[in-house]
Amino acid sequence: MYWKNYTSLPKQFRNERVFDGCGISGYMNIDGKRENGKKIIDMITILNDRENGLGAGFAAYGIYPEHHDCYALHFLFDDEPSKSNVLDYLMDVGFIVQSEAIPTKIPPNVDNPPITWRTFFHPQEKKNLSEDEQVLQIVMNINENFEGAFVMSSGKNMGVFKGNGWSHEIAEFYKIQEYKANMWLAHSRFPTNTPGWWGGAHPFNLLNTCVVHNGEITSYGTNKRYLESFGYKCTLHTDTEVIAYLFDLLCRKHEMPIEISSIALAPPLFKEIERFEKNYKIALKNIRATYRSAMLNGPFSIVVGLANPIPTMIGLTDRKKLRPLVIGVSEDDNTIYMSSEEASFRRLMLDPNINFALKEVWHPKSGTAIVATMGRGLSRNGLEKPLEKIELTIEGDN
Amino acid sequence: MSISHSIAPYYKVMIERDSCKKCKRCTTHCSYGALSYNGERIIADNSKCVACQRCVIMCPAGAIHIIKNESFLPPHGNYTRRIRNAIWAQSGNGGVLLSAAGNDREIRSIFDDLLLDACQVTNPSIDPLRETIETKIFFGRKPSKIDFKRDTMNPNKICLKTEFMPNFEVDMPIMVGHMSLGSISYNAAMAIYQACKELNILAGSGEGGLHPDFYEFGSNIITEVASGRFGVDINYLHNAAGIEIKIGQGAKPGHGGHLPGEKVNSLISQTRMIPKGSDALSPYPHHDVYSIEDLAQLIAALKEATRYKVPIGVKIAAVHNSAPIAVGIVRGGADFLTLDGFRGGTGAAPRIIRDHAGIPIELAIAAVDERLRKENLRDEITLVAGGSIRYSADLIKAIALGADVAMCSMPVLIAMGCRVCQQCFRGLCSWGIATQQEYLVKRLDVDVARNRIINLFHSWNEELKEVLGAMGIDSVESLRSNRDRLRYIGPNPKIAEILGVKHAGE
Ligand code: SF4
Ligand code: SF4
Repeated sequence: MYWKNYTSLPKQFRNERVFDGCGISGYMNIDGKRENGKKIIDMITILNDRENGLGAGFAAYGIYPEHHDCYALHFLFDDEPSKSNVLDYLMDVGFIVQSEAIPTKIPPNVDNPPITWRTFFHPQEKKNLSEDEQVLQIVMNINENFEGAFVMSSGKNMGVFKGNGWSHEIAEFYKIQEYKANMWLAHSRFPTNTPGWWGGAHPFNLLNTCVVHNGEITSYGTNKRYLESFGYKCTLHTDTEVIAYLFDLLCRKHEMPIEISSIALAPPLFKEIERFEKNYKIALKNIRATYRSAMLNGPFSIVVGLANPIPTMIGLTDRKKLRPLVIGVSEDDNTIYMSSEEASFRRLMLDPNINFALKEVWHPKSGTAIVATMGRGLSRNGLEKPLEKIELTIEGDN
Repeated sequence: MSISHSIAPYYKVMIERDSCKKCKRCTTHCSYGALSYNGERIIADNSKCVACQRCVIMCPAGAIHIIKNESFLPPHGNYTRRIRNAIWAQSGNGGVLLSAAGNDREIRSIFDDLLLDACQVTNPSIDPLRETIETKIFFGRKPSKIDFKRDTMNPNKICLKTEFMPNFEVDMPIMVGHMSLGSISYNAAMAIYQACKELNILAGSGEGGLHPDFYEFGSNIITEVASGRFGVDINYLHNAAGIEIKIGQGAKPGHGGHLPGEKVNSLISQTRMIPKGSDALSPYPHHDVYSIEDLAQLIAALKEATRYKVPIGVKIAAVHNSAPIAVGIVRGGADFLTLDGFRGGTGAAPRIIRDHAGIPIELAIAAVDERLRKENLRDEITLVAGGSIRYSADLIKAIALGADVAMCSMPVLIAMGCRVCQQCFRGLCSWGIATQQEYLVKRLDVDVARNRIINLFHSWNEELKEVLGAMGIDSVESLRSNRDRLRYIGPNPKIAEILGVKHAGE
């Protein structure tokens, strides 16, 4: 592990974006049953060809049931003064319900580890600003303006744990095995050109949205400038950040159904759209025209966790499927697995301590979302056409 | 004029006496009267030659060469030949010097100082011959968001609630700029409209009205409402894919149109609805638009008149304050905004304005795109940028800086045969493009010209796809405003800052 660069990129690299190749994994229990981190650790650490020890992380949903109505802010701090600055600021803008260190296991002879901290927080009530919007602004402000501080995650009843090291090291450092979550995401990295920094590891988070990403977004500049119009600040030097913000914008701010927002991000080709029936054609064309700056270009596969209004796990690849993604569903239909490679599933099969069997394993089609929703199950399997199974009506049109 | 003040000719016509067959073809082809036959041989009046190359191409013996006549002027780095000539001309005629085509001063092109990015290793490039790369765009206003509502009883039922405004789908992010019938010939206009229909792209009508013969191309034409209101009637408004209110033009910001009376024959008089032979001078401002609220009213009136069926836009010349003006125009209801840079072309403009007023289109795109984003208006409108888009590299860079569509005119003329002699305002174009004289117009073969325009834009679009593929982008919307894929190598870092582009190597 690298015991430096916790809350920002080293100065000489701040002008650059970090490019990486990665392993991604995730799973969700549809019935909401919480499981410890053992399985997700196995799933991600087996993909060690896809990492080089320069960053890994985990996102866990459902881990703080006792504080489920508070924003769980996960921090990395360089030092005590940075921490007290942020905590003072938080007290100015809201209420801290509980504040404590995130338990870690620091290897012997490391003398300057980051301060890992979590704060359960409520913003002040404001008339014309939703709580989410306030927390978003607070997070953006801290990440942009507070030296020595970095917000890893800011959702409710969930948290991100990440750092600069191999995935097995990060798992051990944060004691991932001890958390119990109903949805897990994990990531391991192979960055190409910088030493990396802790905050720059995945998952990327904003409020309840977490993204783990393998690939490179060639439309970054377009997406970034689009998001800036809506007040997002892209300061983390990575393209994954824009994916997290786009999900936040479309799913939360624009209240777009996930079947639609995944189309906005990876839309069908125009020549395919021409083959659709009237209503569908109108919708698809206008989604492309209106959200032309939200479209993600370049190779990617992503697994995204959302928690609002209900926990949802989404898998998506680019339109040409230049990055891998494989899906598995457990025999009892209760658990949906996603990973860069099937090796993640096979690793679990080999484990004599868990009862693991998959009913089906398949590869989703390019640019086609897989959506698993808690309580409901798999609503899109990644093999359908855009808007298949959706009855689409147009208001005022009979 | 006394002989001591005459200006030495710019060009010299050289005729190889040995090869000349004395067919006299050159004398009929020269529309400027520079060549004649004196019974024994061809003689040239160099002072009349404009180097349009017509005789050179038409001579069956290849006997004519036009060379630059620069041997005699004493050199002076400050009082250049150009400046001395302007002084001689003005002290002779006492008038405002007219000129055509675009600003010809050798001002460094910012486009040429920008470099494009390409993929290596970490992301694969895309081969446009094997994979789909999309270049379609939507011309018109978009909502800022689309509202969908999921049925509370049945989650598989979704209702689309947003009403959409008219958009015109074009197959390439390219548009032919506004050149009126009058400034260009019937044949040239016909070739342009036919080509645009075939390519499914848009062309501007210019401010000269629309000849009834062109109504059939209306679905590919943006008609223009300019300060002179020439040719504006209900047919004109209804036979269009969109309407543009022309406030200004890059070649002459703050000026109206100039169509010299020599070009107003019966065809033009009919289309423009003005008497034959009269100068068509549109006023400098619109006399019903003295402020932004007046403009909003005009936009609203045109929307009413067209029953909200087509996008209504506004064209402004790129000037110092373009950014706030653009915001006002978009808030005023414009569905698209056209920016025309200081190098933009014209059929006729005062040289002082053409050469000295306005700002480069690259900076205008960057400033307007940025400001519209600050106001969260950018994605709602279509931003068209023109004013010297010379080849596909300019088009690609204009889009990467923030334009939706690149608009160009000169390359279209050049494709049809124009040699950029910059004499369009005289109405004597020997290539049949910028003229109304029947015998000259006939020289332009519509079919050939149309095909050459189609070929040109087809090749530009293929080059666009090549660049997108190399950048690992499979649709042009992901290039728009993607300044991250540009780098600057010019001498002035301030320009890079305004463009929001990093320096090469960064
Ligand atoms: S066209 Fe050529 S060959 Fe014929 S008269 Fe002119 S110069 Fe001589
Ligand atoms: S259109 Fe004709 S007159 Fe105008 S520059 Fe081109 S060749 Fe010369």
